[in-house]
Amino acid sequence: MSPSAVALSVIFAIVGIGSGIGFYAGARYKMDLEQWAVAGRGFGLLLVWLLMAGEIYTTFSFLGASGWAYSQGGPTLYILAYLTLGYVVSFYILPPIWEVGRKYRLQTQSDFFQCRYGSKYLAALVALVGVIFLIPYLQLQLTGLGIIVEVASFEGIGRTPAMLLAFALVAGFVWFSGVRAVAWVSVLKDLLLLCAAVTIGVEVPRIYFGGIGPMFAALARAKPAHLTMPGATANQGHAWFISTVLLTSFGFYMWPQAMRSSFTAKSGDTLRRNSVLLPLYTITLPLIFFVGFAAILIVPGLKNGDLSLLTVVRQTFPAWFLGLIGGAGALTAMVPAAMQILTAATLFAKNLYRPIFAPSMTDAQVGRLARMMVLVITAIALYFAIYSSTTLVALLLLGYAGVTQFFPGVVLGLFSRRVTTAGVFSGMAVGVVAAALFMLSKHDPLFGLNAGFVALCLNFLVVGVVSLLTSGQTSPFAETAPQPE
Amino acid sequence: MKPPSLGAIFLGLIPFVAVCFSVSLWDRVHPMVLGLPFNLFWLILWILLTPVCMWYAYRLEAPRAPNHFSRKERVRP
Repeated sequence: MSPSAVALSVIFAIVGIGSGIGFYAGARYKMDLEQWAVAGRGFGLLLVWLLMAGEIYTTFSFLGASGWAYSQGGPTLYILAYLTLGYVVSFYILPPIWEVGRKYRLQTQSDFFQCRYGSKYLAALVALVGVIFLIPYLQLQLTGLGIIVEVASFEGIGRTPAMLLAFALVAGFVWFSGVRAVAWVSVLKDLLLLCAAVTIGVEVPRIYFGGIGPMFAALARAKPAHLTMPGATANQGHAWFISTVLLTSFGFYMWPQAMRSSFTAKSGDTLRRNSVLLPLYTITLPLIFFVGFAAILIVPGLKNGDLSLLTVVRQTFPAWFLGLIGGAGALTAMVPAAMQILTAATLFAKNLYRPIFAPSMTDAQVGRLARMMVLVITAIALYFAIYSSTTLVALLLLGYAGVTQFFPGVVLGLFSRRVTTAGVFSGMAVGVVAAALFMLSKHDPLFGLNAGFVALCLNFLVVGVVSLLTSGQTSPFAETAPQPE
Repeated sequence: MKPPSLGAIFLGLIPFVAVCFSVSLWDRVHPMVLGLPFNLFWLILWILLTPVCMWYAYRLEAPRAPNHFSRKERVRP
């Protein structure tokens, strides 16, 4: 067998096993909307950990982080900082979100806004913004899958057919199994990713440089500026770092799918312990960075940095190992993509379409519409993945600029009594429009700051001012005394 | 909702200062520690120290939470 045939068969075997586990996990339960979307709210510490880690450690951290280490250098360190701090933020906000979620039987992020602010239009805006900014994230996963198959086939299979295949697999997976599938496939995925990261993170520097220390010493001699900020970029210095880390760590659990997976937990305490432990999971990420940095000296001059990790693996290890890494990477893209599609589809059907256009729809009809939307949303992301080219990290930052605009509404909604519906609505609208304008007119970074962060500051400002002008609204969450059971 | 206690918020601010606001103090290559550039070493160190801070925050927060039964997992009715 040729190396590409070996590598591809290993990848498809791993994806096959993963999908098998997923279908099996889903097949044992009757799939109503509650089961499909939040697995009956029965996940304990281990499954929640797997689900959350599963959707957070995505193809972005695998190919994107190494890609930025390769092409941008120092600024890529923001990823280590924001993941750590994202869990710190989650410690304070997820347990109360879970309490509210259980009390009012919430399934989606938009339900949270509906419940707190009592406006179906605000809830619909949240759903719309959530679906729109999930698309770049989904595009990121599909692009990652395309890159994996392209490199593993030694450029024999083009990226477009590869992405079409990925599209079919992911959509089928979500359609049949819902959220349980995702949690169980995470087990396999995380195990593979851990082995992959440790092996290549240690072995690549050892084979080419004799170890991690000598590798960085060589890099510090050859390109000293690359290892610190702004690295290879012109305008991503320390102000950019601080603003980006704040934006992304606040936005970490504002992703509709991330907030939603907190509803699958058994108790608020599960989530609190989870946020204490999850930063440790980040410890494998620096190994991925090592490969990206090593690639600068091993395979200089790649046009697309996102290819660097796989290109180095391909020229260093046998084909079956490339297949193993590719398979791990493929699951790393599929699992979060599945979760994102699931969330976007539920949001669209339940929180946007039904309340605004068809209030008489039954739950069963909403469930069917959600499943149809799985196909539509994946197709849209596929379209963008085929017709646009941008780095994986840039795609994620675009998504963050959008979803972090939920942060003021969520945090103030939980802890403040003064914030009003009009305030949150206008703040969010201003934030999203500002973020979109800055990004589309290529004003990112703006004054050295992350443009999404500037939009977030405007958002907070507007929420504050408008809430003061429209005061007098009460919060349904105001008095949540410990509930007797 | 009851906001978190001041002590727990303070413990959460420590990692924010360490890996975010103080970036210009630690963003350099030398001195290399354990073969790593200093900035990378610093961030990895704080991946390990952050759970320590948050564990203390957990000790402060958990007893205040609704439905808290010592350290046992609550069983759903």
